Amino acid sequence: MGYERQKDFGTPESRSTDKVTLTIDGRTVTVPAGTSVMRAASESGGKIPKLCATDNMAAFGSCRMCLVEIEGAKGTPASCTTPVAEGMVVHTQTPRLERLRRGVMELYISDHPLDCLTCSANNDCELQEEAANVGLRDVRYGYEGDNHLALATDHSNPYFDFDPSKCIVCSRCVRACNEVQGTFALTVDGRGFASMISAGQDDDNFLSSECVSCGACVQACPTATLREKSVKAIGLPERAVVTTCAYCGVGCTFRAEMRGEQLVRMIPWKDGKANRGHSCVKGRFAYGYANHKDRILNPMLRDSIDQPWRIVTWEEALSYTADKLNEIKAKHGPRALGGITSSRCTDEETYLVQKLVRGVFGTNNVDTCARVCHSPTGYGLKTTFGTSAGTQDFDSVMDADVMMVIGANPTDAHPVFASRMKRRLRQGAKLIVIDPRRIDLVRTPHIEAACHLPVRPGTNVAVLTSLAHVIVTEGLVNEAFVRERCDWDEFQDWARFVSDERHSPEFLEPVTGVPAADLRAAARLYATGGNGAIYYGLGVTEHSQGSSAVIAIANLAMATGNIGRPGVGVNPLRGQNNVQGSCDMGSFPHELPGYRHISDDDVRTSFEKDWGVELDPEPGLRINNMLDAACDGAFRAIYIQGEDILQSDPNTQHVAAGLKAMELVIVHDLFLNETANYAHVFLPGSTFLEKDGTFINAERRIQPVRKVMEPAAGYADWEVTQLLANAMGANWNYTHPSEIIDEIARLTPTFAGFNWEKLLEIGSVQWPVNEQFPEGSPVMHVNGFVRGKGKFVVTEYIPTDEKTGPRYPLLLTTGRILTQYNVGAQTRRTGNVVWHEEDLLEMHPSDAENRGLKSGDYARLASRTGETTLRVLVTDRVAPGVVYTTFHHPSTQANVVTTEYSDWATNCPEYKVTAVQVTPSNGPSEWQQVYAERSDRSRRIASDEAMEPAE
Amino acid sequence: MSSSIETLRRMANDIARNFEAMGHGDAVMATADHIKKFWDPRMRQMIFDDDHAKLDRTAREAIEHLQAGGNPQAQTRATKFNLVDEVGRSDAG
Repeated sequence: MGYERQKDFGTPESRSTDKVTLTIDGRTVTVPAGTSVMRAASESGGKIPKLCATDNMAAFGSCRMCLVEIEGAKGTPASCTTPVAEGMVVHTQTPRLERLRRGVMELYISDHPLDCLTCSANNDCELQEEAANVGLRDVRYGYEGDNHLALATDHSNPYFDFDPSKCIVCSRCVRACNEVQGTFALTVDGRGFASMISAGQDDDNFLSSECVSCGACVQACPTATLREKSVKAIGLPERAVVTTCAYCGVGCTFRAEMRGEQLVRMIPWKDGKANRGHSCVKGRFAYGYANHKDRILNPMLRDSIDQPWRIVTWEEALSYTADKLNEIKAKHGPRALGGITSSRCTDEETYLVQKLVRGVFGTNNVDTCARVCHSPTGYGLKTTFGTSAGTQDFDSVMDADVMMVIGANPTDAHPVFASRMKRRLRQGAKLIVIDPRRIDLVRTPHIEAACHLPVRPGTNVAVLTSLAHVIVTEGLVNEAFVRERCDWDEFQDWARFVSDERHSPEFLEPVTGVPAADLRAAARLYATGGNGAIYYGLGVTEHSQGSSAVIAIANLAMATGNIGRPGVGVNPLRGQNNVQGSCDMGSFPHELPGYRHISDDDVRTSFEKDWGVELDPEPGLRINNMLDAACDGAFRAIYIQGEDILQSDPNTQHVAAGLKAMELVIVHDLFLNETANYAHVFLPGSTFLEKDGTFINAERRIQPVRKVMEPAAGYADWEVTQLLANAMGANWNYTHPSEIIDEIARLTPTFAGFNWEKLLEIGSVQWPVNEQFPEGSPVMHVNGFVRGKGKFVVTEYIPTDEKTGPRYPLLLTTGRILTQYNVGAQTRRTGNVVWHEEDLLEMHPSDAENRGLKSGDYARLASRTGETTLRVLVTDRVAPGVVYTTFHHPSTQANVVTTEYSDWATNCPEYKVTAVQVTPSNGPSEWQQVYAERSDRSRRIASDEAMEPAE
Repeated sequence: MSSSIETLRRMANDIARNFEAMGHGDAVMATADHIKKFWDPRMRQMIFDDDHAKLDRTAREAIEHLQAGGNPQAQTRATKFNLVDEVGRSDAG
């Protein structure tokens, strides 16, 4: 048996709990009510021929292949659109049906190329299969009539082709784009024989259309019409391994379809609990970075950052590094060393890096990128709910009646989850968006936000407090919930605080920029519209009052009773594929794995006994503190795994100064990233395809990552960390990540039931997983908050110190887009560059006009921290006074202008509020030119052969 | 560009300002608690050694409390961590 597609049941599963029993071809079948006859047949070992039906979309009934005969019913109904009924008797194969199906197939094949043997869908084509199943032997119409065989293929999309000559107009692609993705980019143009799938207007191809390249249409297509270019080039896969995507916090699971050690394509896994068979352009197609020419496959060293890199053996690199680390430790003490764990690497790898820093370096100076994104979520939700674990799973959105999206852009940053949100919104749920920009979700096909509150950057807490004001003063509080599950006295203090006139929407309108009437409408809708769910992102956390804003959000949810059941909750949209996991594994400088403070003697002792070393009881440095200490000369060596702080952290010049001041910078990554410009040791990393391990997504869901090919550089990342530890004198001997998992389970009560074999068996599990919850726990706080009562905490609005003025009159906020991922280290090295070649500065027409700027012009973006130059895009998606850009391209260096201000509780940088001025420019700024030159120089790799002159 | 000590002063003042709503006495203890749980020893020493007059009142009192050997209990749930065998209390970002 070779390659097999995942089973397709024809129509979606029914969620009903009532059962119906019927007879299909003599077999007695019992299925949930609402199941189609087609699915009932499929679930009971049969297979009715089909072309236009597939199980992630509603039945369509157009191809007429799935006809059946039902006793007592007239004619030949389509089994896809016929629901089961009690006592029904169905025959799926009779002489009449045989003739009808063959007749339909004859018509299809009369207008279809007959090049099966050389077609990329040979043996993976549903049309071919059904032609065989119905016993087609000839086409009596002949082939001389009008046909579509001469139509040209559209090669515009970098990842898949559209060949209309093979299209049978089953409309699966159109329905996939509508129902599954929600973009509505495709349509059937024309009627009857002239019907053609179209991606837009007459002169649109797939690239110029609104298509977001999610691949749902390619997956849905039963023929070779929409086909991955990789399959055309390589051939069919031979086997499939289920693994987890390494891009965002949704954590889609895919079948990595392989031929040998070559990845042919990634197909979303239908049983993936996070994505349920859907994907986005990144996970589905953008894995080419693993084979990109920029990928470094050998360790490299250099004594100083002005020199070119020298390729060395692993042994030399590790012994040099270990010796240097030991030397610095002996001279300056263990607290002069530190490390940054990666939220892109597996849990087991992250666990080992913090073990290396704590157990071998001898310090708690370890941190992770959660610092710069959702650390305020950790602080804020722990303060109010007692824990920051996300309260719901993604499926919960389908039970929401009102969604409030604050400071998040899910269609770009969490696209697969956004498709689910859109599905629910199209079903009638209401939407409130609080964002300085008019994000896509505000107005998208069949969806319009009931309220869009264009908050001025930096005033989130004021807006949230005035929402609370409306809810309390208009009597919309869910008193029963609050009395039962929260601290009533604290609630009253809080209610008194928010009821004050100075927190009313009218009073705060000049501060927030949000019209009072709109704000009141939003508050009323959230409080009274049914199940209210809040989804929020970095537009809430990356502020000097990020933690306070999270607390304010939690207050709103508690006051309205929107906690503890499906369809509600406070849902932080966590960014990285494993940021949840990296925090769970103790990457923060103040705590060991399992959220236990390093100063706790009992906790420390349990680790000391298992690891055989003494541990430092004092909290360590956060990333920004490490850089400050480096500038002071107290922090001298750092081991950075899978993170590019020079591009992603704020105030680039300060980061550069900090790195430059260090004696030893070790970068462990796939590419020579921007941080590597200041590195002395480069250790080549491994991709998610080259190792076994686990990722934990935003739902607390632990999912397996599977090794499908050998690490290109020779070692998986966890092996490198082990080698480095051992070179420094440790005695680790893990032979497989499952052993690391066993250690984690031994030492961490939250993960006591965590086991590799068990995980592979059940597919995924949401922590905590232990004796009390052997199968994990989807929804938290069901019967009450897990850690005592919910606490209302007063959050006074404190304006940020970052103020606009005559010199810097505009406010810059930053964000991400769909096709590039964060610093773009991976996505810039894939076909995705066709969509977003450069970072652009979005600016309102009135601001642009005042400065004589139009779209495409170069503009100088300056703040008191620094300046850069980039091209302008004039759009009314931003309000006057606000400008916006992305940070995907190192040549733009957007973080040169962001400031050193950060959240008061967690030091999460205030990326979202920078006072800037924008003026016309001729071209790249001096800093950019100098930086580009320095980057190129720093990336030189010395070759072994001496250079001979040309003559 | 702020120097390290200027940054530390700003951080201490920010923490104190955001706890002010608790009332002065509680705010002082909460600030001290926060700094003890999250600042590394060198940062704490730097601010102990600095001129405390540069700090706002609440921050100053918190620093002096710590410098005198104070070791506050958890003042909010943010600084209450799991015991060795406890589950929950995640502060994952």
